[in-house]
Amino acid sequence: MMNRLNAFFKSLLLIELFKGMALTGRYLFARKITVQFPEERTPMSPRFRGLHALRRYPNGEERCIACKLCEAVCPALAISIDMEERADGTRRTTRYDIDLTKCIFCGFCEESCPVDSIVETRVFDYHGEKRGDLYYTKAMLLALGDKHEEQIARDKAADAPYR
Amino acid sequence: MEFFQSLLGPFWPVVWTLVKIVAIVAPLLLGVAYVTYAERKVIGYMQVRIGPNRVGPLGLLQPIADGLKLMMKEIIIPSGANKKLFLLAPVLCMAPALIAWAVIPFTPELVLANIDASLLFIMAITSMGVYGVVLAGWASNSKYPFLGAMRSAAQIVSYEIAMGFALVGVLMAAQSLNLVEIVKAQQGASFFSWYWLPLFPLFLVYMISSVAEINRAPFDVAEGESEIVGFHAEYSGMAFAVFFLAEYANMILVATLSSLLFLGGWLPLFDFAPFTWIPGFFWLIAKICFVLFLFLWFRATFPRYRYDQIMRLGWKVFIPVTLVWLLFIGGMMQTPLGYLFH
Amino acid sequence: MNLETMIFYFFAAILLFAAARVVTARNPVHSALFLVLAFFTAAALWVTLEAEFLAITLVLVYVGAVMVLFLFVVMMLDINYDLLREGFWSNFPLALTVAVLMAAEMTLVLAGRNFWANGNGGAPNVHGPGYSNIKELGRQIYTEYVYPFEIASIILLVAIVAAIALTLRHRKDTKYQDPAAQIAVRRNDRLRIIPVQPDNKLRPQAADATPSAEQQS
Repeated sequence: MMNRLNAFFKSLLLIELFKGMALTGRYLFARKITVQFPEERTPMSPRFRGLHALRRYPNGEERCIACKLCEAVCPALAISIDMEERADGTRRTTRYDIDLTKCIFCGFCEESCPVDSIVETRVFDYHGEKRGDLYYTKAMLLALGDKHEEQIARDKAADAPYR
Repeated sequence: MEFFQSLLGPFWPVVWTLVKIVAIVAPLLLGVAYVTYAERKVIGYMQVRIGPNRVGPLGLLQPIADGLKLMMKEIIIPSGANKKLFLLAPVLCMAPALIAWAVIPFTPELVLANIDASLLFIMAITSMGVYGVVLAGWASNSKYPFLGAMRSAAQIVSYEIAMGFALVGVLMAAQSLNLVEIVKAQQGASFFSWYWLPLFPLFLVYMISSVAEINRAPFDVAEGESEIVGFHAEYSGMAFAVFFLAEYANMILVATLSSLLFLGGWLPLFDFAPFTWIPGFFWLIAKICFVLFLFLWFRATFPRYRYDQIMRLGWKVFIPVTLVWLLFIGGMMQTPLGYLFH
Repeated sequence: MNLETMIFYFFAAILLFAAARVVTARNPVHSALFLVLAFFTAAALWVTLEAEFLAITLVLVYVGAVMVLFLFVVMMLDINYDLLREGFWSNFPLALTVAVLMAAEMTLVLAGRNFWANGNGGAPNVHGPGYSNIKELGRQIYTEYVYPFEIASIILLVAIVAAIALTLRHRKDTKYQDPAAQIAVRRNDRLRIIPVQPDNKLRPQAADATPSAEQQS
């Protein structure tokens, strides 16, 4: 009986509502945790899986040997590779396209690559303005690799002890 | 002014009234725009975010950018819709929210039409807002907006009763239907003489049912932003923006009413020196802002009510509470303690 | 023609148009909306006749509440317009009789001597600015007309009770929730905390494992 009465007055005087408002009221003055994105960025793991890139050896030779392991492992079928024998007898790709609208950024291509050629960089804020802009060809991927090689090498070195 | 008066001759009263209307409506619409900004900022802060801060300094131009965006968008009229009523509905939603301002006093002198029954007038006008909602749902010729409109209209009609009873308490205490007289009746030494204290249960009922009346959280089953399909699901562009404006204009109207009826309108907090220096107009604005802040605070705090519980709260809790308190006031006014309620 | 007459004719024209559309509109929702417009303009006319309390009440009660419920019903009906128009000519004589009767009644009222009694041509007496229509109405209702008023209110109360009694039915086969009962539930009604004794017979190793786990922690 006493409990019922207690509960009645509690709900009549809106005690619990005021408690809730006190809580949100406190948070009004709490320190804000928003990260101002383009200027501030959150810390990133060396294993971050962003935009893809194709790497070269220090002497300028492209790493990819067209083994097609990445094409085979890709769960989204985003990678298409054509190959032929180059004049010096090595096996090279003539086409290496990644459709980023299909890609799910699982990182399997990077894992499967025997020569560390295809990698995923830390770049994630890219966009396309028309259809087809997100279809990356071999030349684009190689250019990305050249641009970010320093960062990629550092990330690979940081991750090496755990492999 | 006299020059214009002679220039326009017999049309002068019409023109002068129009000028006064614009002088009320233009700041009101600007206020509406910035209530949306304040809402996003306040709720952001309560959720440990910082809210809009990109457009202009501190994000202050955000509402203008939003308005421009909505104006640029296409108004899509569904193929099976009743075109005339579809476009009439937002207007019917917006108009009552603006008409009611005709009788709102800002100071004892500053009021467009100081009519005798201004409180009744406001109740009558705001009760028409429900047509916009019902018509929007029906004219869309789509079942979800229609269901949303039914929900919303039933809710608005139900809470109007509790709200009306709460207002009856005020006019019993003030013994007048005139808003200027009601504020004057609250005159006293400090804020304890305002009606929120003697009519405290009615004040609470009024605040809560006004939140329900304007379809805002935690009573926003009419259109729960992203979760519930509401009566204006088929609207886009400026037609949608008008609904949006109407909601916020209603919010400001309700906040103004509660400031006038329960929080002493333009009366200062204490009736002595440093407080009386500030003009009454700014006191009223400060109180309106306070009530608006409360609305935003509610939205940031409370989860949405379930629909049957909304109905139960309106009919089975608020109406009995207000009736009991009305009887109590009526009885007390006949006793020597009656002065407490005047 | 002064301003007041102009306003009167303006509203009267809208009122007549709206009233005509109520009966001629093909879509019942349009009819209902024109009825709302008719009520609203009638209220405006009453304001010009110094009956502001009645005008506002007309808007508050009829426009704000009754017509909303009306619209509710009309909108939910699935109406076949052709069927509605079928019986027009067969019902026409009856409708005509009712219309003629109404016109005759109105003529009798308007031509009656009491209507013109105050010599204002049917318009109410003009009062000063301090005159409060509402106060006067309240005084009349609660003094001179207190018995009719109370009887009317009791009849309305009976009507409300009757309407609820006729429509209220408890169906046993529907499962609906009772929000009042749901809200009244307290934690202790549903939650029971039982001190659980670890059952060592079921887990023979537990006796050995537990002390070592405690040491580790």
